[in-house]
Amino acid sequence: MKSLLVIVFSLIIGGGGDFPDANEILKKVDENLMSKNRITESKMVIYGRRNSRTVTSKGYSEGDTKSFTEYLSPEREKGTKMLKLEDRLWIYSPSTDRTIQLSGHMLRQSVMGSDLSYEDMMEDRELTEIYNAKVIGEETIEDRKVWILELTAKVDDVSYESRKSWIDQERYVPLKEELYAKSGQLLKRITLSQVERLDGRWFPKKMNYKDMLKDGKGTDFIIEKIEFDADIPDYIFSKASLKK
Amino acid sequence: MILAFQLAYRNLMGAGLRTWLNAAVLSFAFVVILFFNGLLDGWNQQAKRDNIEWEYGKGQLIHTDYDPFDPFSVQDGHGILPTSAKENLVPILIRQASVYPEGRMLSISLKGIEVPQEILGLPTDLLENSKADIPTIIGKRMATSANLKVNDELLLRWRDKNGTFDAKNVTIVGIFDSNVPTIDNGQFWIPIKKLWEMTGMEGHATMFISEADQPVDVPGWNFRSQEDLLRELSEIIEMKKASSSIMYILLLAIALLAIFDTQVLSIFRRQKEIGTYISLGMTRQQVVGLFTVEGGMYSIFAMVLGCAYGIPLLLYLSATGIGIPEASQNMGVSLADRIYPVYGIVLILGTIALVVISATIVSYLPARKIAKMDPVNAIKGKLQ
Repeated sequence: MKSLLVIVFSLIIGGGGDFPDANEILKKVDENLMSKNRITESKMVIYGRRNSRTVTSKGYSEGDTKSFTEYLSPEREKGTKMLKLEDRLWIYSPSTDRTIQLSGHMLRQSVMGSDLSYEDMMEDRELTEIYNAKVIGEETIEDRKVWILELTAKVDDVSYESRKSWIDQERYVPLKEELYAKSGQLLKRITLSQVERLDGRWFPKKMNYKDMLKDGKGTDFIIEKIEFDADIPDYIFSKASLKK
Repeated sequence: MILAFQLAYRNLMGAGLRTWLNAAVLSFAFVVILFFNGLLDGWNQQAKRDNIEWEYGKGQLIHTDYDPFDPFSVQDGHGILPTSAKENLVPILIRQASVYPEGRMLSISLKGIEVPQEILGLPTDLLENSKADIPTIIGKRMATSANLKVNDELLLRWRDKNGTFDAKNVTIVGIFDSNVPTIDNGQFWIPIKKLWEMTGMEGHATMFISEADQPVDVPGWNFRSQEDLLRELSEIIEMKKASSSIMYILLLAIALLAIFDTQVLSIFRRQKEIGTYISLGMTRQQVVGLFTVEGGMYSIFAMVLGCAYGIPLLLYLSATGIGIPEASQNMGVSLADRIYPVYGIVLILGTIALVVISATIVSYLPARKIAKMDPVNAIKGKLQ
């Protein structure tokens, strides 16, 4: 009788599934995606109503707090540089030879007309720091078995009250993410693909950001070259490097 | 002097068509000056009336951190006013948000206003009576640019006080027709209580519209009187007046040039007459006066002629108004679809004085030559 009670109790508490701990999953995801620093060469394909355009850039980042991006093409954006230090963001435009610091409303503007806002790029806190995570099920995405994680904000100052994340059960890489408003309205969807083994870790080389309230195919972010734990000189992450 | 007027009148009437051509050109300039200034005065009066009715009330109490010309100040430019100071004030809270009509994203100013209120012309009773979850009223310009109509529902995305996104459908319960674009373009109006609830900013306001004339003195808030708020508009219109004056100054210059030419020709051709006047005992100055009065009298003729066709024309235009193209109404300045010119007494007397004085001056300039003439040669008709 006692053992039966234990089984019933554990079924109620455990929700009927034998899913792994969500925080453990997130930790393994971080191990794959995070690095001390990295240098990337990437292209951003922005799909418009009639045509699409491609912006290529080279980016340096150190931890979550420092990053520096230089746009290489098209001609109009060439030479534009962006520096992020902690929660501050500066943009240098070669046409005006001016550096401006973005703040407030400007951070909510889209980056180069894409579905990403500057603020989306600024979010640097670890997910486990701002969300309570729980595994709510499993599914198959493109023949890969995934855990479905539900993340609910545990702090007040987050952009998205809740998220859902589909994590590859073998490779611990997210394959899909959905960002929700407080009302439960789906706002953004991120689809990750082209997962490859790079320097002993699994890494998605293509990401599609889609503002779900707008028409269109969203924005593709494709990594062409990536180097983990490289030597990045300190001067890269200084305001002086914007004008170089 | 009476003799000078009699002689001038007789000479001008005797000149026939030449006189009437000069007077016609001058009268045209006179009517155009009146019309243009009347039109701008009419615009000024209408814009002031509309701005008071739709935007300014009797004055505004604005949070010190909020600058209406700086959209970046919306984020932090708000606060709570002590209850004791809230009398006769209607609160407005401004937040930035996005709406998604037909799959496009539009950035808007989401404005919460107290309902009911009677200071501004906004049809806030529609918000009060609506059963929609988030009722909203918008202006005709916003409705046209986003292709929206009454009862349309569309998704609104905003952030609460902590910066967390939220999104819900809003219902358009009314579209108002106002000449003031600054309360219309890119704006959605909802009840302030709803906005407080949506953002968690209970009691906060960006500005207050005052129902009373007297200034409200509260630390952290600036009171801008109605007069102060209207000053910018008056300055814009004064600038417009100055720039449009170039056109009628040119027109006036052509008319005055015609009078000048006529005077030069008269003095040249009427040398015997000048000599006769002097030999009959008139002083040179009297003869100069005679010719000046003659030239100046063109302006009197121009007034009479201008009144003959100008009064009915200007009265007609002030009754029917002048249609303004729709594109011009989105310039950001209050501009009605029809402007009714207003002709004030100062404007009319000022224009009369301008035409008479300038015509007299240009008549006097060539007449000065008479003072240097030798009367003997003049009476002989010798060219000088």
